[in-house]
Amino acid sequence: MTLSQKIKVALVGNPNSGKTTLFNALTGLNQKVGNFPGITVDKKVGACQISQLASKNKVDTEFIDLPGTYSLYPKSVDESVTFQILCDSKNEHHPNVNIIIADASNLKRSLCLATQVIDLNTPCILALSMMDLITADGVEIDIDLLSDQLGILVVPINARKKIGIGNLKQAIIKVINDFEIPSCFVDIKNLAPELIGNIQNKLTLKSDYNAFQIACNYKTITGLSEKEKSHFEGLAKELKFNPKRSQATETVRRYKAIDKLIDACVKYPEFSKNNSLTQKLDNILTHPILGFGIFLAILFLIFQAVFSWSEYPMEIIDNAFAQLSQFVGNSLPQGALNSLIVDGIIAGLGGIVIFIPQIAFLFAFIAILEDTGYMSRVSFITDKLLRGFGLSGRSIIPLLSGAACAIPAVMSARTIPNWKERIITIMVVPLMSCAARLPVYTLLISMMIPADQKWLIFNLQGLTMMGFYLIGFVSAISIAWIMKYILKSKERGYFVMEMPTYKVPDWKTVGLTIFEKVKVFLIDAGKIIVAISIVLWVLSSYGPSDKFQEIEEKYQYSENAEVEIASEKLEASYAGIIGKSIEPVISPLGFDWRIGISLITSFAAREVFVGTMSTIYSVGDADNTKSIREKLMSHKNPNTGEAFFTPAVALSLMLFYAFAMQCMSTLAIVYRETNSWKWPIIQFIYMSLLAYLASFAAYQLLS
Amino acid sequence: MKNLSNLEPGEKAVIDSFSDKELALKLMEMGCLPGEQIYIERKAPLGDPIAVSISGYLLSMRKSEAKTIFVNEIK
Repeated sequence: MTLSQKIKVALVGNPNSGKTTLFNALTGLNQKVGNFPGITVDKKVGACQISQLASKNKVDTEFIDLPGTYSLYPKSVDESVTFQILCDSKNEHHPNVNIIIADASNLKRSLCLATQVIDLNTPCILALSMMDLITADGVEIDIDLLSDQLGILVVPINARKKIGIGNLKQAIIKVINDFEIPSCFVDIKNLAPELIGNIQNKLTLKSDYNAFQIACNYKTITGLSEKEKSHFEGLAKELKFNPKRSQATETVRRYKAIDKLIDACVKYPEFSKNNSLTQKLDNILTHPILGFGIFLAILFLIFQAVFSWSEYPMEIIDNAFAQLSQFVGNSLPQGALNSLIVDGIIAGLGGIVIFIPQIAFLFAFIAILEDTGYMSRVSFITDKLLRGFGLSGRSIIPLLSGAACAIPAVMSARTIPNWKERIITIMVVPLMSCAARLPVYTLLISMMIPADQKWLIFNLQGLTMMGFYLIGFVSAISIAWIMKYILKSKERGYFVMEMPTYKVPDWKTVGLTIFEKVKVFLIDAGKIIVAISIVLWVLSSYGPSDKFQEIEEKYQYSENAEVEIASEKLEASYAGIIGKSIEPVISPLGFDWRIGISLITSFAAREVFVGTMSTIYSVGDADNTKSIREKLMSHKNPNTGEAFFTPAVALSLMLFYAFAMQCMSTLAIVYRETNSWKWPIIQFIYMSLLAYLASFAAYQLLS
Repeated sequence: MKNLSNLEPGEKAVIDSFSDKELALKLMEMGCLPGEQIYIERKAPLGDPIAVSISGYLLSMRKSEAKTIFVNEIK
């Protein structure tokens, strides 16, 4: 390795060790966030340039923030990523230098992973975080002795205050130029001497420990060929190698050595006052009554933010896009291109950008809750309630924020560590009644129930609305319960997790989380959403050309007939043709072709239903619920001559919107978050079936 | 022998052994080793999961998981 090449540095550490804060301090906005290929584990790569003190030359450095883990042994998909990158030297992300982040206030446990990584013999540096915490507690660490005993550089840091970052960067240059491999911290060769020797030969590895890790976990390394794997398997069998027992022996030996090291290097005060603040806060925050009360209050605040506060920025975005489309529409010559840009692309983009405030608000809260350490308490107090439904305490925030909007809610499910619980949460979140269903419900409830009708002292319209929120919640947890039995998971679910001490949130981390989530949504989901928007635009603005011409000719001499033209054109369009052709399928639900067209166009977003209905019924002003309502109410059923929108039809339609997956943006984000089309397709099918059956039952029973 | 879930909050004990080999590996790498002192710091409002104090930090686990850890109580 020379300094003229780009240096690859991996950040390794326990969860909650301050790893991400350090990554942000090192790279700033210079980050790329994506998925590792084939799996949904965040891949965070960032770059910076380090100037050498002596020559002033700049060295290009690339940092990768590896998923947090407590040891190299992989037990989940996330941990497997860390294991493979560190132990497989052919992996494309295999680092030249490891920065091991150790939480100084949790030194013993941090050193388990740290010494494992050291034993891999890649040049490494130990970064000691949370030094301010232990100094306040009166704990003293002899840094020089620690460095001496481990045989590597040790750099104390405070990433939030940017202390020690410069030293850390210089340490990278130092170990690239000159790194002496320290002697094994724990000798494991005698656990399987022959197997280790053989793997070392086969893969040309110097480190005993690296070979030992491969002996224990060769099955999970994607970089090994099938031939190599079967060779190791045969050899392990022949030598009667027991990976689990060896792993246990190694861990015990390692901790023994760590105990000795800590005795030598760390001085604890006689009376430790540590964690007393955390204890006091936990007394309140996990209290049977206060704890739930505070949690509900926080949930209410989140809900308020995503639901109401985001309305203002959303309105601004909406207006800005309306003005933009008006401006572009007027400045470009009339025609197909104009319509494509205005009604297809700009409308599609507007439909994406509009979600930014909701995503930003939700992730601001989630980042704060995670960063303070409160999130693990949420799991702690709600775990038992949700466990029976195949969910865990971590599902509650995605689930409840789904009542505002499913998109940020699905994205927030990434904080659920267990694969099965994560998938179940993502699959049921869109059943929660989101804000986009509100305009549909409002219109239909107002048609079904007179405004002044009361049940006891309650307004019946309000009660019905509440009932629909309840239907959403109950169906979500019921489907979760069913999926618990259907889904099979290879990964064993544990609830063993650290409850970190409380901390003040790092605002830079919060800001970067928001930025990164918005970016992921705009770019990854945005592409799909724009594509579907254009398809929907084509369907609703084109049709067999002779029909369109007839309409143009018919209104050739009438003025102010835009509303009628739009209505007739929509009917004649491909969307109209599809709407009409599905009428036989939806007529058992009480729907006619007009509703059929609205079902198709509102796939873009549920609230489009109201707009489409107003176009079909040629209501000039789509913003005026009252005029749409009156128009719809006066519509007669051609067969019976009575009002078409009976309470049965309205209820059936509402149930359809309660269950159906009428939201392309959600499907796009589910694809992004599960990394396959399998889950969004299953979701679309099961929700559509549920919607059809519920509407069918309601209409047939009531009419 | 008692297991961890039999302890009341505050009662101190020393880890003796584990009954679930797979889970034991996970617990051990998080610092729950035979010979380590452990006690239940608090229980969740519904009695399950529990939070234990081990090698200077707080670890939460379900009762079913605590049942796999055998302990010797310190009197």
